[in-house]
Amino acid sequence: MSVTSKSPVVLQVRDLACERDGRRLFEGLDFSLPSGAAIQVKGANGAGKTTLLRTLIGSSSDFSGEILWRGNPFPEALRGMRESLLYIGHRGGVRAGLTPLENLTWYGADNESALQALDRVDLFGFEHSLCHSLSAGQNRRVALARMFLPQAPRLWVLDEPLTALDVAGVAALEKQMSAHMDKGGSILLTSHQPLALPGLDFIDLSDFVVDESFTDIGGEHVFS
Amino acid sequence: MSSVDVQPPVSEARTSPGFVALFRIEMLLALRKRADIANPLLFFVTVLALLPLGVGPEPDLLAKMAPGMIWVMALLATMLSQESLFRGDFEDGTLEQLTLLPQPLYFAVLAKSLVHWVATGLPLALLSPLLALMLNLPVEGYLCLFISLFLGTASLSLIGAIGAALTVALRRPGLLLALIVMPLYVPVLIFGTGAVQAAIDGYAYSAQLAILAALLAAAAALAPLAAAGAIRISLDN
Repeated sequence: MSVTSKSPVVLQVRDLACERDGRRLFEGLDFSLPSGAAIQVKGANGAGKTTLLRTLIGSSSDFSGEILWRGNPFPEALRGMRESLLYIGHRGGVRAGLTPLENLTWYGADNESALQALDRVDLFGFEHSLCHSLSAGQNRRVALARMFLPQAPRLWVLDEPLTALDVAGVAALEKQMSAHMDKGGSILLTSHQPLALPGLDFIDLSDFVVDESFTDIGGEHVFS
Repeated sequence: MSSVDVQPPVSEARTSPGFVALFRIEMLLALRKRADIANPLLFFVTVLALLPLGVGPEPDLLAKMAPGMIWVMALLATMLSQESLFRGDFEDGTLEQLTLLPQPLYFAVLAKSLVHWVATGLPLALLSPLLALMLNLPVEGYLCLFISLFLGTASLSLIGAIGAALTVALRRPGLLLALIVMPLYVPVLIFGTGAVQAAIDGYAYSAQLAILAALLAAAAALAPLAAAGAIRISLDN
């Protein structure tokens, strides 16, 4: 499915401003995420990428502006949105005391589809090892395996999904994201790495930063 | 990653774990961390075994102190283990995932509190007759001690979850947790020791036990709600 002007908008943001610890991170943010589309949020470290994602899933309430899920405003629409949400944050939600298989079945997957999903993230043979004995990259794969479950929810919100992944892992992830978009799913993700996703849109939070001195210190000037 | 091309449909509603699944997985985790179960029990037994060495071995004195000491130690043992109730889940991101489930966070907190009770309160209650014997508690008090601890520690686990949820984002919550939770523990302690004392003195103690049961019912209904709210506040920054 390719995104057309007729694709229904699932998530819409109007004049959004977010704060963290009393500091305004960005303001005046407008965008809409249609069905079958993906948006990559960019910005310097500390620009508010994670805060934006957490605001959009309803975990952070320090914002002004409007967030609409299928045309209905937050917070009333939050419940409906969470029913269609797959969120994988910085902390992947993988429990070290459980095996990868148990971690997936905990999220409601049945055994067979969980095994298939683990196979697809190259964890075949590790299904029954405890997660604290796996490497950081493998733990990240356990978290990401939720994207490979059948009946994955419609909206994917992914915070730095490529962290700790190897080249093959990144390629498989891109493929899965592209397949998700083809089926009409929507993706919102942050990443510092370029992604090979056809039709990927971008938001650069640096364009919406309030305090200019902040970008001067944290962004391009120091590191480039 | 392999390239099997199975393309399931995009679904509208996600699957999510029910209460039984939440309870089962928490129980599994608790059983894998046996030290966490053993620590409060060891604390409970050690302190009560040391007590006669500290205050002297007079049987009458020990019998007089037994109900109160056993109850206070049970309370402290519960509180010590409460600190880690949500910590692991907070650090690995599971707590955030729990808040995103379509079902209310209430059930997840209730499941965790219930497992905490099964892993700490219940063994304490089961062990209590043995310690009562060590402290020369009159035989009339045994049954009442067991029932009061059985009901009371469940309330303590539920109430403690509020404190654990409020302090989950702090690095060292120890003292703050105690300050938040202790006042809420007081009614349970008063009616728990009161019931045992009444039983020893030969009075009816069903009223105190009924109040303990009522406190438990109220705690089961309200404490997970409060803890769920506290978790959302702790995560919202």
